[in-house]
Amino acid sequence: MAAKNLDVRQDFPILDQKVNDEQLVYLDNAATAQRPTAVTDSLVHFYQTDNANVHRGVHTLAERATEDYENARRKVQKFINAAEPEEVIFTKGTTDGLNLVASTYGEANIQAGDEIVISIMEHHSNLIPWQQLAIKKHATLKYIGLTADGELDMADAAAQITDKTKIVAIAHASNVMGVINPLAELAKLAHQHGAIIVGDGAQAAPHVPVDVQALDVDFYAFSGHKMMGPTGIGALYGKRALLEAMPPYQYGGEMIDFVHQQDSTWAQLPYKFEAGTQNIAGAVGLGTAVDYLTSVGMTNVEAHEQAIVDYLLPKLVADPDLEVYGPHDPAKHTGVIAFNVKGIHPHDIATALDMEGVAVRAGHHCAQPLMTYLGLVATARASFYLYNTQQDADRLLVALAETKEFFNHGAVKA
Amino acid sequence: MGLSKLNSLYREVILDHADHPRHKHDLQTSTNTITLKNPTCGDVINLSIKLDDQDQIADIGFSGDGCTISQSSASMMTDAVMGKDKETALRMAKTFSDMVMGTKHPQADLDELGDAAILSSIMSFPARIKCATLAWWALQRALLEEDAPTDEEEA
Repeated sequence: MAAKNLDVRQDFPILDQKVNDEQLVYLDNAATAQRPTAVTDSLVHFYQTDNANVHRGVHTLAERATEDYENARRKVQKFINAAEPEEVIFTKGTTDGLNLVASTYGEANIQAGDEIVISIMEHHSNLIPWQQLAIKKHATLKYIGLTADGELDMADAAAQITDKTKIVAIAHASNVMGVINPLAELAKLAHQHGAIIVGDGAQAAPHVPVDVQALDVDFYAFSGHKMMGPTGIGALYGKRALLEAMPPYQYGGEMIDFVHQQDSTWAQLPYKFEAGTQNIAGAVGLGTAVDYLTSVGMTNVEAHEQAIVDYLLPKLVADPDLEVYGPHDPAKHTGVIAFNVKGIHPHDIATALDMEGVAVRAGHHCAQPLMTYLGLVATARASFYLYNTQQDADRLLVALAETKEFFNHGAVKA
Repeated sequence: MGLSKLNSLYREVILDHADHPRHKHDLQTSTNTITLKNPTCGDVINLSIKLDDQDQIADIGFSGDGCTISQSSASMMTDAVMGKDKETALRMAKTFSDMVMGTKHPQADLDELGDAAILSSIMSFPARIKCATLAWWALQRALLEEDAPTDEEEA
């Protein structure tokens, strides 16, 4: 199927440049996305027009900045279909959001002998907070494995999640295996056993429509920078009743109700979890990124990336020199494609592709337990976004062919 | 530009060391061993050294996984320091890390590095400098920590 390009390239000036004398093909979107002009403009506009600290000031700029900040919260709320804006907490990013849940809800609710269930495909940010919580509380950390195809093993999920399980934490989309995990089904399973479920949305929120109410997740964390917002801003969704019952994450300004010499009371949601001056401009930029994605339409973003995968994945899979990880059926694979080329280390691949102008990632992708599970040290990874095209996929294929030629047939022989 | 620039990084001698690494085996008996990882990519090197009574490197070997650059750098490093005394080997490690960071050294220092001096080309590939320095870091750590308990991390 031919991928019909979205008409957005002109919104991303960074893409219009040469790298190592070749036209840039940016395929490292799972690490971070590029920003459209609208987002960078909104940062400049905020700083040059409305900048002030929020919520405390009585002057006009403070009111405007507060309005901008709260508008951004409402945009994020609508984007993930949260029931109310108070259920959206601004964070530094996915890692911050997941740590928040582990060190507040987890701290208050996990006891010795309890179980926390995650999957073997988790990014370190949705692994280490739970691992350390389990160590501290003498709880058990359990892993759901993968099917032969590289998908989450739902039969294993049903076996691992038991009445002892208190928290299930799972990536909505994998940053290595290129799969979307059935979060709604897992939520149902967790709830049947009285556990809560935490969704790591870092790789899903930028690429597919997310409806936290339909998924019925209790918490859902994601980052701004992977969905074309600024770095250092993200959001955590939590169900109101859970957030109300949780202790604060950090203490300081903005998050208090009354402070006495010997005790304090906490602000209402969401401010209870937003101690200190927040990344106000970052939130504004994230709001603009949400506007941008909404105007393109998340179903269009998803369909566009799927069309590229439909075109590219079979060609990669058909290459006998390539090992492609995750499902080989394009219908089950997202635009995150991890692979290895036989006989060539992924770092050498990434350097060679960079010489051809093609930016990919190489390494363990912050998923060391997954690499060990798969018996790998590292992989190369190409990851696509809405501004990538079928031509970009072709450039990757050509660059890969030339790289193989270089390393396998000694192009260096003088 | 395409891949032509790669010729400056993947020189024939570098590819040869990567394809046919020297001293790639663990020593039966050793005085200094260390396992180092490059946390950004997961590359691992296990280095074992046998120092004799005069603190000379009587034998050296390495094992582990890594890219062309890290494997060939380890091979060239072991070639270069074999038979050298501890002090010389440490000086060479310093020369190597200075060289890849662009600090000038007298030609005699660079000559001492043998084939390894060719990795000065890594300067044009900043993302790969760690690949080249891992083996030399391991050498330095292993020699400086000889009496400390060895770092036997799981690979």
